[in-house]
Amino acid sequence: MTFRLQLESRPVASRTMRYVAPVLAAALTLVTGLVLFYALGKSPVEAFKVFFVDPIKDLNGITEWLLKASPLCLIALGLAVGFRANVWNIGAEGQLTMGAAAAGALAVHFDGATGHWLLPAMLVAGLVAGAAWAGIAALLRSRFNANEILVTLMLTYIATFFLGYLVDGPLKDPNGQNFPQSILFGESALFPLLIEGTRLNASTLITLLAIPFVWVLMMRSFVGYQLRVSGLAQDAAVYAGFSRTKAIWMTLLLSGGLAGLAGVGEVAGPIGQLQPSVSPGYGFAAIIVAFVGRLHPVGIVLASLLMSLLYLGGESAQIALQLPNAITGLFQGLLLFFLLGTDVFVNYHLRLVRVSGGQK
Amino acid sequence: MTIALQQHARLRLQGITKRYPGVVANDSVDLTVMPGEIHAILGENGAGKSTLMKMIYGAVRPDAGQIFWDGHPVQIASPMAARQLGIGMVFQHFSLFETLTVVENVALALEGKFDLTSLASRIEDVSDRYGLSIEPHRHVHSLSVGERQRVEIVRCLLQNPKLLIMDEPTSVLTPQAVIRLFITLRQLASEGCSILYISHKLDEIRQLCDRATVLRSGKVSGEANPAEETPATLAQLMIGTSLPEMSRQPRTPGEVKLAIKRLTRQTQDPFGVSLAQVRLDVHAGEIVGIAGVSGNGQAELMAALSGEQTLADKHMVLLDGQPVGHLDAGSRRNLGLGFVPEERLGRGAVPDMSLAENAVLTAHRQALVQGPLLSMGRIRQFALQCISSFGVKCAGPQAPARSLSGGNLQKFIVGREILQSPHVLIVAQPTWGVDVGAATFIRQQLLDLAAKGVAILVVSEELEELFQICDRIAVLTGGTLSEAKPVSETTIEEIGMLMGGVDAQEGEAA
Repeated sequence: MTFRLQLESRPVASRTMRYVAPVLAAALTLVTGLVLFYALGKSPVEAFKVFFVDPIKDLNGITEWLLKASPLCLIALGLAVGFRANVWNIGAEGQLTMGAAAAGALAVHFDGATGHWLLPAMLVAGLVAGAAWAGIAALLRSRFNANEILVTLMLTYIATFFLGYLVDGPLKDPNGQNFPQSILFGESALFPLLIEGTRLNASTLITLLAIPFVWVLMMRSFVGYQLRVSGLAQDAAVYAGFSRTKAIWMTLLLSGGLAGLAGVGEVAGPIGQLQPSVSPGYGFAAIIVAFVGRLHPVGIVLASLLMSLLYLGGESAQIALQLPNAITGLFQGLLLFFLLGTDVFVNYHLRLVRVSGGQK
Repeated sequence: MTIALQQHARLRLQGITKRYPGVVANDSVDLTVMPGEIHAILGENGAGKSTLMKMIYGAVRPDAGQIFWDGHPVQIASPMAARQLGIGMVFQHFSLFETLTVVENVALALEGKFDLTSLASRIEDVSDRYGLSIEPHRHVHSLSVGERQRVEIVRCLLQNPKLLIMDEPTSVLTPQAVIRLFITLRQLASEGCSILYISHKLDEIRQLCDRATVLRSGKVSGEANPAEETPATLAQLMIGTSLPEMSRQPRTPGEVKLAIKRLTRQTQDPFGVSLAQVRLDVHAGEIVGIAGVSGNGQAELMAALSGEQTLADKHMVLLDGQPVGHLDAGSRRNLGLGFVPEERLGRGAVPDMSLAENAVLTAHRQALVQGPLLSMGRIRQFALQCISSFGVKCAGPQAPARSLSGGNLQKFIVGREILQSPHVLIVAQPTWGVDVGAATFIRQQLLDLAAKGVAILVVSEELEELFQICDRIAVLTGGTLSEAKPVSETTIEEIGMLMGGVDAQEGEAA
């Protein structure tokens, strides 16, 4: 008599498992990471400390933690609204880039301007540019039924090259020794610092405002309700007469706009100028954040903190343990991998079954 | 009926129990089926019929109890093991690939290597022997529902079953096709094959079955010889109380509320049905029925009337005299249209949302939305009202739609539409898969609504139902609608003949 493991579907999706899965995934990522460090000949205890404790043991560390969590959270909030409506914006990185480029163009063009209008104008420009970039995907999807996953992803590459062209062309710093970058932004084009001596700036407040806004939109507004119905049961949305085209436009414009704002937060914040790259992959990492956060605003806040810590830990591991940069991407990948794995148990449970044929 | 008592029972269940979280689907069920016996399993939806059959067919394992096959205890680990024992099952919803031919579909279900040519001749042999005429090389998508069922039955018969389980086999058949099916089943039984016949249609069971086991809330509530019972006594066993009488008030039809004018629509779906020149008027205070076997344009007509599919010519559908063919479902609802679709989960309701949230789906017009925001209090109120006025059995407004039984969800959806006081209500398959008690309740609600002057259009496969509630009945076959006839001027047989447009020819061939 032999035994085998079998996945059996649960009659009702497990509520507990829905919330336990991300925690479990984080734990498994940690364990696997430590095993990996051990295999590389580093002490797991030391590695854990370097990765998860050292980066946030002082005020500077904590502000850096929040600084990196902020764009992840902001982008993931927008993406989650779309994901819930089955609109798959994978190109937040591109929308972030376009938002940064638009805001940067303003900052360079009006360099030296005084007064309080420049930064708000940059925010509007970033919001519009990000939304417009995602809007291309919405147009192609609603007009020609072009798959938004592919379109948004491909638009990301175009955006990256466009920014590369800008910083090596029209927006290049004339006195920059031919480096492909813009001038450093002036005071009025930068977010004020929240805590002197750190890099934590007022762009974080935008994220703080976005959290309750997205929560209300998603959970308490009629528009959000229509989007959720559209994602959960498309036939029911058609039955109720909710427009699919509206859902596609709404979610892509929103997620693109928030990604654009995140881009402004980077160039008018810690970076302070336009560079060929203005994001260490926040737009892509935010996809993982959205899912680890269960597409729920509160979950996304926690998940963005976790993801941000992985970024910091990766940097710290490079310095302290001489590990390659790829370590950050590896941890992100592990986290998503384990989340997808543990998510299976929301709808299934594992059972040991005895294998035996029917007796004759 | 040659039940020799000295024989071993073909199948005997002893104390079979199956628990699911929160519910006991089967509670120590005993059942004995003799060789050559046609045994009815009777019960309301949710009584545990399907679970019991799945355990016999090896798809679900019992938690307790013992199954005996020809006198020997067995464990049926999988459907394959069941087939090896000689148990065949014809499901209510067919599992055929539409793009493949009959013989290819049959070959897929057989184990081991196959030779399509010899298989085709075996199919012809079996179908000749049992009067189940089918062409082995036809594609399944070109077959009528009755023919598809024959493919399923032939597929089982090729494996020489000793026990054939039929799950609600007549729910999709015309009255004429039912008669032919019964002839086949009797012939099978006379050759020694046992048949488990699951149904809630009392008349059929009284005609066909030798014995009946009645299930109620997972337990055996009685055994009977159906021929000796009346539908009323069987219903009593099934639901525990006697059926409420339906009351029908006299109604005088008023002006035309819903007008369908030469509705023509080419289908985009290769397996869909195009609608051709459909005309029908539904008056205030009138219930008009559309009879027909599913797959004859019902889905397409419903989508065109509800606005889920818009029409090129807006004058093809008129609501209160106003052309609406170009409007989407939401805009038509704004003009006073209510619609209960055939599919409850996933179309009429969002499975993963609560009842309260599902109320908003169409009832947001009842001031459930204030400004841009949902009014949580009013939504809860509306859901509670719907639950209490329509007797929806559930854990409350927060219960997810998928946790309700089909009948209870249907009551909720019908209630949601009725509470919005529509001028015109369109209902597809109002009691499909709904238990007897709930079905009577829903029909009564429709009668009461018509008495208040609402124009009601009902699409149903159940002729008894249509004759019970409708003033006029039309038949939809192949995308064309017959003239609507007053109920007093037609009979079930006549409507059945019209329904079987395609099947009648098959009948001659067979």
